[in-house]
Amino acid sequence: MSFDWGIIAGNWKFLLLQGLFGIGSFGGGTLRLAIPAMVLGSILGVVIGLCRLTHRRWISYPAVLYVEIFRGVPLVMVIFWFWFLIPQITGQRLPDYSVALAAFVVFEAAYLGEIVRAGVQSVPRGQVDAALASGLTYGEMMLHVILPQAIRNMIPSLVTQFIVIFKDTSLASIIGMMELTKAAQIVSQREIRPFEMYLFLAVVYWICAYSMSRFSRRLDSRISPDHVQSTRVLRLSS
Amino acid sequence: MLGYFVNSLFQAQQPAECSLLVAEQVRFPPDVPFAPKGFPGAGLLDFVVDGPTKQGYQDIVMITFRQVNKWFGATHVLRDVDLKVRAGEVVVVCGPSGSGKSTLIRCINKLEPIGQGEIIVDGRSLSNPTTDLTALRAEIGMVFQQFNLYPHMTALQNITLAPVKVRKLSREEAERIARKLLAKVGIPEKADHYPAQLSGGQQQRVAIARALAMQPKIMLFDEPTSALDPEMISEVLDVMVELAKEGMTMIVVTHEMGFAKKVAHRIIFMDEGRIVEEGGPEEFFANPKEERTRSFLNKILVH
Repeated sequence: MSFDWGIIAGNWKFLLLQGLFGIGSFGGGTLRLAIPAMVLGSILGVVIGLCRLTHRRWISYPAVLYVEIFRGVPLVMVIFWFWFLIPQITGQRLPDYSVALAAFVVFEAAYLGEIVRAGVQSVPRGQVDAALASGLTYGEMMLHVILPQAIRNMIPSLVTQFIVIFKDTSLASIIGMMELTKAAQIVSQREIRPFEMYLFLAVVYWICAYSMSRFSRRLDSRISPDHVQSTRVLRLSS
Repeated sequence: MLGYFVNSLFQAQQPAECSLLVAEQVRFPPDVPFAPKGFPGAGLLDFVVDGPTKQGYQDIVMITFRQVNKWFGATHVLRDVDLKVRAGEVVVVCGPSGSGKSTLIRCINKLEPIGQGEIIVDGRSLSNPTTDLTALRAEIGMVFQQFNLYPHMTALQNITLAPVKVRKLSREEAERIARKLLAKVGIPEKADHYPAQLSGGQQQRVAIARALAMQPKIMLFDEPTSALDPEMISEVLDVMVELAKEGMTMIVVTHEMGFAKKVAHRIIFMDEGRIVEEGGPEEFFANPKEERTRSFLNKILVH
């Protein structure tokens, strides 16, 4: 078995610029899909997470239903739904990119909503008492007292979910959206060099995911320095 | 007539009166005035300060409980509670754990809703849907057993949050008041410290300053010294004694009977959700009427 690394040298511009960053005539792009999906998904996730936490059942039950539905179906299926359903409903085809982004936001918001809920519930009840007793409204309490503490507790699971979103964008290739995996498929079929191509693909995904997890560790130590932590980190040793 | 503790803070010309909290001359007289004769353990907790410690109170009713009942599921936690607290009055609530005393004061600012009856605070009924609950809560300061300071904010930020958001004070004005209050509770140098950097007693004093920054009409204390190391209890009680002397309306859930004797106008004993007995401290400690009160006092005063 012989390797021909020349195909990477010859195609890296297309792969990285077009595939990863979405700069080129095809649009799309892994990061151009992943980053808005994370941002919009988080916003929807906060709404869903907070809805789940209210005592008003007509708000919390639909949120529970939403989470249970989207956690119970595969992402590929949701992408297909949007791909086939949106033209049925609106009567016109949307670009691949918009369909993929919509599917990602709706799907990931279910997971992110659960992370937000767990984060808010990790804040001691006494904080709610203190904030409400001082005359803050529910919204002010959430914004200034609860969410800043909840986000700190959420960072590890949030970054894990963001890495999952980043890697899952490869599924957008099934509806033909141009992103890293799709670009690699095109090159590998043209050059008939699948092994080199997919190894390169793995390396690029890994570098991006690893950078994210390194960044999260730095963010975690910056946002919750020792003087803010009331409890020491538990370490298990043998 | 009776200036509240914080009101003086808002007169800009007046210098901060740190001296208020300078440790007072505490002496332990051989004959303790409040000690009921022949009462086991009486006198052990007494400490008496020179000069008057109690202000009179006004004949304005601040808090009214009318036949209040409350259940947690099947548990009946408040039973037919009737209570009136007047402006400037200091009421100490004691009783065994699970007797409903914390629940009682948590109902006053509606952190807990009630099942039956009515609570009227500063002329406003809590069960009336048109009552602006956040505005009412802004008038009621609360201090908790676990301090509940916001861990992501400095002492100064903890104190200024509600005045800026609720009272709409400018940040500079709120910080000026916060620094004066920190000086009043004796820790002006801790303004930029985070709660985790403070001792329990210091945290609780920041929490008291935080409540006072809203210029409340009523202060509620929910076992403010129960989570403190013994040597820190007095620094918190000293602040509360000062506050009582200034004429603040206070309801204090505590087992600090020395504090109760010294500053309370009235002591309420609760058991199983009921107010079993109430009275002035001398009468309450000397001649408890109910058997239940007597056995409780025996237990807590003997050590």
